[in-house]
Amino acid sequence: MDYSIEKFLWSLLGLFIVLNWGFLMASTMRRVGARLAGRIGVPMYQPWIDLVKMISLKTYLSHGVMYYIGPVFRLVGGIGMFLFMPILVGSEIWSNYSFSGDLILLLYFQSFGMLGMAMGASDSGSPHAAIGISRGLSQFAAVEVPMTLAVIAIAIQHQTFSFESIMQAQQGGILNWTIFTNPLASIAGMLAMLGAMSHSPFNLVKAPNEIPIGPPTEYHSSFLSVLRTNSAIIHVVEAALFMNLFFGGADTWFMYIIKTFFVYFISVFVGTVFPRFKIEDSVRWFLKWPTLIGIIAVLVAAYW
Amino acid sequence: MQKGINNLIEKFGASDLEVRRPGLSFITVENTKAVAAITHLKDIDGYTILSLITAVDWIEDGIMQLTYLLNNPEEIAEIGLRVMLERKEEAGESMETIHHLWPNAKKWQQELKEMFGIDFPTSPGLNDPFILEGWDAAPPYRRDFDTNKYAEETFFPRPGRETHDPAEHMKKNMYPNNPSDYTNKKYNPNR
Amino acid sequence: MEEEKKDKFLAPENEIRQVAAPDGSIIEVNPLEDYFTQDRPKPYKVRKGPVEDFLNWARAESLWVLGFGTGCGSIEIPPLVTPRFDMFRFGIQMRATPRQSNVFVISGYLSVKTLKRAIRAYEQMPSPKYIVGLGSCTINGGMYYDSYNTINRLDHYLPVDAYIAGCMPRPEALLHGFEGLKKIIKAGKGHKANEYIENLDWYKANQKKIIKDWNMPDYNW
Repeated sequence: MDYSIEKFLWSLLGLFIVLNWGFLMASTMRRVGARLAGRIGVPMYQPWIDLVKMISLKTYLSHGVMYYIGPVFRLVGGIGMFLFMPILVGSEIWSNYSFSGDLILLLYFQSFGMLGMAMGASDSGSPHAAIGISRGLSQFAAVEVPMTLAVIAIAIQHQTFSFESIMQAQQGGILNWTIFTNPLASIAGMLAMLGAMSHSPFNLVKAPNEIPIGPPTEYHSSFLSVLRTNSAIIHVVEAALFMNLFFGGADTWFMYIIKTFFVYFISVFVGTVFPRFKIEDSVRWFLKWPTLIGIIAVLVAAYW
Repeated sequence: MQKGINNLIEKFGASDLEVRRPGLSFITVENTKAVAAITHLKDIDGYTILSLITAVDWIEDGIMQLTYLLNNPEEIAEIGLRVMLERKEEAGESMETIHHLWPNAKKWQQELKEMFGIDFPTSPGLNDPFILEGWDAAPPYRRDFDTNKYAEETFFPRPGRETHDPAEHMKKNMYPNNPSDYTNKKYNPNR
Repeated sequence: MEEEKKDKFLAPENEIRQVAAPDGSIIEVNPLEDYFTQDRPKPYKVRKGPVEDFLNWARAESLWVLGFGTGCGSIEIPPLVTPRFDMFRFGIQMRATPRQSNVFVISGYLSVKTLKRAIRAYEQMPSPKYIVGLGSCTINGGMYYDSYNTINRLDHYLPVDAYIAGCMPRPEALLHGFEGLKKIIKAGKGHKANEYIENLDWYKANQKKIIKDWNMPDYNW
């Protein structure tokens, strides 16, 4: 792997693009939702204003060391997911720090931020945060099962845990995409994605009204801006993860933006159609259909 | 309906029957017999739902009236049982509790204690704050409590407040030339 | 006198009590002093210059309203998210927790019981924070001016940036009020939170005059 300064700067530029694309995508999706409801919706630049405003608010609070580190963990989780996944397929400068086992590391980074956030939020001492954490972790544990099964099925299919190889194997036509070569694993993975994006119907973790905002109840000003930054990054990176696994990756930035938009749009679309699940229902749902499809996908991949 | 009322009159000496409409009657019982009458209505005559307990302060007559509104879901009938307590100068009229018949009666009684100062000995949680937290003045729903004076003393009234009689104000400002227009049907369909 | 009152209305969970430590020793716990900080807040420094102007613009264009309807006026807030009024296009959003909001709409009459919660919520919001008084009740008591349980003048208990008169004001009036608040913030005058902290003694005296069961710390951090 290349560890030069130049490489680092290219990755930083990629992160900057992804961050801003995440903000733009967030406001775009809110505008889409608003148009569905017959409204105009937020201005395109609203997420950036919110970010500046949050930083400009004063804070005098301290809930202990972990309270400060929690958002940082969360951000590290998002950036880690970005850093160890190639952005564009077959590109040297946009390959980030991907290596042969990066898929496993990525699955780890997915839960890393969640756990850090759980520790930080529980340090804030708010009961709503505690409820949000218990909901979030139990739902995430259920989401992990079909997701991991889908990843295993794809790994068996391509005989590798490397993103680059999986993306390369899907090049050369739309029919080479995993969604056509391995539909069962793709279905399980896409259903798991709905949970990983934590949009409705799986957004009880951050239920904005029942338990005020869930885990980040106590987080404000700069802490919240770090969390907002992370959520912008992670929405793009999660979409890119599923794009790389099932939709053939992207060979140009244009394709990257188009494809992440549509992958993200799937979860938003499902979210606008379906109301919210209770947490026990969503856990049961993830452990039922997506898991079953995932197990069949692994068996098919192993013994077909 | 009629059976319940007859029972009340015969067995409990109820008086002053007032039939508002079919299915809603008010009747007065003595306060010593009230709980027995309510128990009879609930257990034998089928008035199983306690709709509400409320109070009326008849300050001129020296009476504090309690009204128990009981509902019979099968006959779709309601009886308002009035109990006349002797009004005391300071709060502290006393009445037997009925929380053993309906557990939720304790909340009504808690409210009556807070707002009217009527005491229901042995009712659970009677002195807990219900709507007013940390209230230390007289119970505010008693008619000798002067809310205006209390508000002026406690809160900070903004000076310059004026009150207008709506009719006079409209005559003066909207029909200054011909005040009789205000009473004209054409302009005012309510007249 | 003050001590006596405090004892009478002290909530049971806030009473000084003896607790057995894990090693068997008995320690005395005073919840109000041990579990809450008694520090007084300090006013923040108001800066000037182009950077602060930019921050003020951002603060004005991103008003996060605390979703706490205190009175009947809160019925005017839900229409703001409907297509007809759509407050999102003005950068106004609702937040469920005081920590993340910086505008508090006191919607209509404020009973003494609600005032206590409103104070707690307001003091938890990060500065700079703004209060919008909605309806006549917050200005002079409105139709509840002689009520035994609702306050008359909100600005004696919390610092108010903007009033919206009416009983009830329409949602358009509410939007207009927010526009007025934006002008105040952009002009760099939206620092009532500092005023509150500088005159804390006066505000606290007024608050404690009517909240007789004061079972919380003097300033809710």
